[in-house]
Amino acid sequence: MIGQALTDLWYGFGVALEPQNLLWCFVGVLVGNMVGVLPGMGPLATISILLPLTFGMKPVAAILMIAGVYYGAQYGGAICSILLNLPCHPPHAVTCLDGFPMTQQGKGGVALGITVIGSFIGASWGITEMIFLAPLLVKVALQFGPAEVCSLMLLGLLAGSTLARGSPVKGIAMTVLGLLIGVIGSDIETGAPRMTFGLIGLTDGVEIVALALGLFGIAEFMSSINQTAAVDMKYSHVKFKDMRPSKAELKQAFPAMIRGTIIGSLCALIPGTGPTIASFVAYATEKKISKTPERFGHGAIEGVACPEASTHSSVQGDFIPTMSLGIPGDAVMALLLGALIIQGIVPGPQLIKDHPDIFWGLIASFWIGNVLLVILNVPMIGLWVKLLMIPYKYLFPSALFFVCIGVYSANNDMFQVGEVLVIGVGGYLLNMLGFHPAPILLGFVLGPRVEENFRRAMLISRGDLLTFVERPISAFFVALSVLLIVVQIVVWLRGKKGDGAFGVEIPLGASALKPMETAPATSGPRAVE
Amino acid sequence: MRTLFLKRDFYAGTLMILLGGGAVLAARENPYGSLMHMGPGFFPTILGVILMLLGVLIAIPAIGTLSAGPDRILPEHPEWWGWFCILAGPVLFIIFGEYGGMAPATFACVFVSARGDRTATWKSSFLLALGITVFGCALFSYVLHVPFPIIRGVHL
Repeated sequence: MIGQALTDLWYGFGVALEPQNLLWCFVGVLVGNMVGVLPGMGPLATISILLPLTFGMKPVAAILMIAGVYYGAQYGGAICSILLNLPCHPPHAVTCLDGFPMTQQGKGGVALGITVIGSFIGASWGITEMIFLAPLLVKVALQFGPAEVCSLMLLGLLAGSTLARGSPVKGIAMTVLGLLIGVIGSDIETGAPRMTFGLIGLTDGVEIVALALGLFGIAEFMSSINQTAAVDMKYSHVKFKDMRPSKAELKQAFPAMIRGTIIGSLCALIPGTGPTIASFVAYATEKKISKTPERFGHGAIEGVACPEASTHSSVQGDFIPTMSLGIPGDAVMALLLGALIIQGIVPGPQLIKDHPDIFWGLIASFWIGNVLLVILNVPMIGLWVKLLMIPYKYLFPSALFFVCIGVYSANNDMFQVGEVLVIGVGGYLLNMLGFHPAPILLGFVLGPRVEENFRRAMLISRGDLLTFVERPISAFFVALSVLLIVVQIVVWLRGKKGDGAFGVEIPLGASALKPMETAPATSGPRAVE
Repeated sequence: MRTLFLKRDFYAGTLMILLGGGAVLAARENPYGSLMHMGPGFFPTILGVILMLLGVLIAIPAIGTLSAGPDRILPEHPEWWGWFCILAGPVLFIIFGEYGGMAPATFACVFVSARGDRTATWKSSFLLALGITVFGCALFSYVLHVPFPIIRGVHL
């Protein structure tokens, strides 16, 4: 098995090192790192803007670039958290807690150095996991009939919507809304127009680019405008030589990185628990097992190393269910699947066999991309820090233009620009009512496949719904789904008594552009207690 | 009853019920079919019903906690002007794009949305819009060949 994996990986490196693919991988991680640093631009909006540009590219290059943006943004996001105390990227919000106090104590460079090392270790483990686990999953998944695929998707959707942020019921509601938006357009079997409200522009369905840019572009701009607090740049002069941690610091941080990596890779295996949850769990665990928990929140180096390693290991692990089963764990993965579908590639267990160049090329490009990111981040840290100074008032109008032109160029149709506008307003309204829009995208991408498989399963079983529990594998997935809901109800009942889910209070609902209120650092002004 | 209408989740649930109901109504255009041979109207109808049930589940706890005081639905400082400018950007992009071309559309979109920021000046917005227009047209028209004339009627 190891020999086979190595041969495949060797082949993957051949694909990823083709000049064109290497170039796009580099562009991806570069752009990703850039938007990761920029406060107020997330990887989701960026990937949606770049998506129309990938239509003309070869599938391998397109996927490598999109994936590069995603993991590249994780490297950049940490810079933002540690130096500015801005939790602009949810997975790195928890890094603010100890990263910023370290910066205040003049050890910001060390925190960044530790982050880069931890990230690389976490990512490497995540990739290794993917090499061995994905083909195994595929072997099982190839036995699936429509009923199994359908209940597996049900499990994926439930996990994706209930384990993410916010209220689980609202998450499920958003998934169903996404499934409904996926229904818009022509029926898969008869071709009859459905729920188009007589608009010809909707006969081909809602454009995934318009949906993503409305929800994560326009709605985001609306909630971020005029919310930027004056950014405190006084700590942001970090030089390359400041980044080298001392031997003692490394010794302290290394076990934390390993623990973070393991937590992250476990979280990645559960669909729906993306890097954000992984980093919170890692931080809480690290604090709990530490002999000196009181140091946390005041610049404990483990509090930076553990969640960062965990984030990266989980980010890479996220690709496993996406690429091997065709079931995305979060909105970014849904977009990646969307890009595959646009390229005419059917996601699912047959992907590795039908398109080994994409699968193994992607894995090889992870290694290359992560090495590139370390090279980009270590000597050029000063340059990235300068990027932090681009004010939001210049950023969002420019991004708005990219949204408009991006969505226009998807089909060369102005109707889509109107679509993105309507979706944006709707998305902001949902935001105000306490819904998180990410599961909409999950439902939207999986919707047509859920329906197709559901209809097929019903046709095979002659309209007998019991087929989902009579077939053993399908019954297993259904049981897991039920278990998931029961656990949610139990957690909800217990949560009423006032226990925080992870034991750490994270103000996730707060605007991402405002500095996070961490525990006062030793050097900062301290409230009288 | 009055506090009920100040509950955020009450509106959230109601919205879901309305959306679900709308989906059920819209799905009636298409034949429903049977469980074995599902018509195009079957799946959206099920989804609509599920969404309505979820709406009820969201709204009920809000009714149960009447005493907890009003929720805030709008953010603390509503940015009506900023929101207006952001939304006006794409609207102008459509209008100027249809009748003017890529350059006027880009300029109008960036200039107007930049005005939404409280600290923006006329000059800063103008310069930003100009810069993005030049950069955007160069990138999308000459490098990426998006079929969208820079100025309609003028061949550049």
